[in-house]
Amino acid sequence: MLLGPSLAVSAVLFALGVAGVLLRRNAIVIFMCVELMLNAVNLTFVALAQQLGVAGQIFVFFVMAVAAAEAGVGLAIILAIYRHRHTVNLQNINLLKG
Amino acid sequence: MDGTLIIFWAFAGLAVVSALSCITRRSPVASALWLVVTLFSLAALFVLLDAQFIAVLQVLVYAGAIMVLFLFVIMLLNLGRPGPTDLKGPVGLGVGVLLAGLLLVQLLALRQAAPGLALAPGAVARAAAEQGMVPAVARPLFGAYLVPFEITSILLLAAIVGAVVLAKRKL
Repeated sequence: MLLGPSLAVSAVLFALGVAGVLLRRNAIVIFMCVELMLNAVNLTFVALAQQLGVAGQIFVFFVMAVAAAEAGVGLAIILAIYRHRHTVNLQNINLLKG
Repeated sequence: MDGTLIIFWAFAGLAVVSALSCITRRSPVASALWLVVTLFSLAALFVLLDAQFIAVLQVLVYAGAIMVLFLFVIMLLNLGRPGPTDLKGPVGLGVGVLLAGLLLVQLLALRQAAPGLALAPGAVARAAAEQGMVPAVARPLFGAYLVPFEITSILLLAAIVGAVVLAKRKL
């Protein structure tokens, strides 16, 4: 039975992704950490699909589609920001700060 | 401890270690390559969990397409060489680690709420063996989940248009 270990690994990977988002300032690395979190959730889906039927695997399919769309748009936004500010360090991107 | 469990923990350890490297490397290229290692070990875990089709998708779509897109943007922005560290200062570091650790404890506690067995052990693997690996996933995808599947195509179209509009200098 791999359900318990899978959920544990997925929890660790998700927490690592959150830690990356909180600790890094490089926008691209933060984006990669978001992908890491999505993958941790995918692992949960697949592990539960083994117990509850194949619908979980279909949800992973949709998560991958959303991740692909998100990566395309997100990286385009990062490119646009870089063109204006010549940096992807989030410390220097503080337009909304009062 | 049987063979499957040993292989599972080997790849799980590889995934966690490479994820840790991914969030700590200074160079974005190194981070991206460590993330590719994580994605590959997750694909191996998917195979162990009777999801061979998803494992292939993981390698093709995630490690193949999405990570190439990331490396492409890193190359385009010329961020390859490691600069000064972009980790937050001591206060931000402490708060971040504390929050992530808190979340980890909560997620591990949530495992208690995992549902009991709904299917006989090995039912998904048996269905895949009977119907074939891809049909076992494709039949429900094009049957019960047809409408979400079609909506996904609209989402991808919107993403393509959005990416072109955002990244182009002048339309």
